[in-house]
Amino acid sequence: MELLTPNIGLVFWMSLAFLVVLFLLKKFAWSGILQALKDREDFIEKSLKSAEEAKAQMSSLKAENENLLAEARAEREQILKEAKDMKDKIMSDAKVSASEEGNRLINAARTEIEKEKNQALSDIKKQVAELSIQIAEKVIRTELSDKNAQQALVDSHLNQTTVN
Amino acid sequence: MNRTKASFLALALVFMTSLVVYANDDSAHSEAESFVPGDVIIHHVLDNHEIHIGNFHVPLPIILYDEANGGIVGPFSSHHLAEGSNYLGYVMSHEKIYFVGEGNEIVHDEQGHINAPKPYDFSITKSVVGIFVTVFLLIIIFSIAAKGYKTREGQAPKGLQSAVEPLILFVRDEIAKPSIGKKYERFLPFLLTVFFFIWIANMLGLIPFIGGFNVTGNIAVALVLALLTFFITAANGNKDYWMHILWTPGVPWWLKVPIPLMFIIEFIGFLSKPIVLMLRLFANITAGHIIILAFVSLIFIFNNLYGAAGGFGVSIVSIIFSIFMFCIELLVAFLQAYVFTLLSALYFGSAVEEHAHEH
Repeated sequence: MELLTPNIGLVFWMSLAFLVVLFLLKKFAWSGILQALKDREDFIEKSLKSAEEAKAQMSSLKAENENLLAEARAEREQILKEAKDMKDKIMSDAKVSASEEGNRLINAARTEIEKEKNQALSDIKKQVAELSIQIAEKVIRTELSDKNAQQALVDSHLNQTTVN
Repeated sequence: MNRTKASFLALALVFMTSLVVYANDDSAHSEAESFVPGDVIIHHVLDNHEIHIGNFHVPLPIILYDEANGGIVGPFSSHHLAEGSNYLGYVMSHEKIYFVGEGNEIVHDEQGHINAPKPYDFSITKSVVGIFVTVFLLIIIFSIAAKGYKTREGQAPKGLQSAVEPLILFVRDEIAKPSIGKKYERFLPFLLTVFFFIWIANMLGLIPFIGGFNVTGNIAVALVLALLTFFITAANGNKDYWMHILWTPGVPWWLKVPIPLMFIIEFIGFLSKPIVLMLRLFANITAGHIIILAFVSLIFIFNNLYGAAGGFGVSIVSIIFSIFMFCIELLVAFLQAYVFTLLSALYFGSAVEEHAHEH
């Protein structure tokens, strides 16, 4: 029965010692330890989360880069194609205009030649007419003196005048 | 691995031989007295005014509170009261101190009772020393651990800090959080202190040759711990908790009026919780000590019956069983600390639980 009877002295010392140790540990150990554990857990959780975020960011960045690259490539294709088209167009345009210019020049030359020819012909006709008149005058003058002489004159004039 | 096995065997051998030598030694100079195992075991389990380390008896200070003699008497060394001697009118019989007056001796009546006034005994007994040692160890261990958290802030634990951290996390995550719920934080200091106090005190009781402390196996220690749990539960009880005791919801009305049957049942439950808590701790630890002592006593009994050869023969079996019991007691030391803390946490949990709906 003595085993089951609590001794007052022991109850006293136990209460005192336990309450003191509870107070001391609460103040100097548990609060610090529990806070440190909590902080560390928070830190680990935060780190894991941020690592996950960084990974996601990285992959999105990579995708973006790839997109950009593909876009740039397409743009280059486009620009090259445009340049080629423009070159072709310019070349064909140049060809067309050159042939047109040539034709025009040729035509102009032809009309000029025609004009010059016509003028030359009309000059010749005029000269022939004048010469004919001069001859006719001389002939008439000579006829008035000698018939033979007149004849000879006409002949000689005719021989002299070359129609060219 | 081989080294640990070898050292364990060596330790067991030393333990065995020393016990046998002790048994022979003891029987040699107390041939006349007959060995009564029950008395010896109870004497070892109970509190004591001195510490036995081998054959050395370390006296402890005695402090008495005696109103008739003008308040506090002492402290004086317990060796003054050794073997029934009278000191300042006080005599000790079976660890109990009586006031008989100077020069007088203890008088037993016909039934063997002593009819002398008993002052209140506030002595620093063996168990009080055990409590102080436990408290001292607790403060040393956790101040070192707490310092570790401060100096290596945000770093991995190291040394003693990493030894206690899993246990602290165990109490927090396996005991407090699931049993109490959201409000677990305010109970953690108490739960942690109780857990480590019981565990270290239990282990202290398992160390042989330092006097056989039986701190947690003492009903006064278990009573104080259980009462603290009880007071904390009562102090933190919310409206739902008290209503559950006074006017249990969800039972037919005729169980409450005219005879408040439910209230009586709930109130008995309310009061029995700390008693159960106290008895479980006390009984488990004391039982463990008694079993180990019983195995050791077997050696003494056979030694007395058949001489040294009988004692040695039985000692082999006894030692194997006591080592087995020691291993179990190591587990029980942890288990009882766990159970006490878990039940305390469950009581706190029921006190602060908030019912979203009546059930």
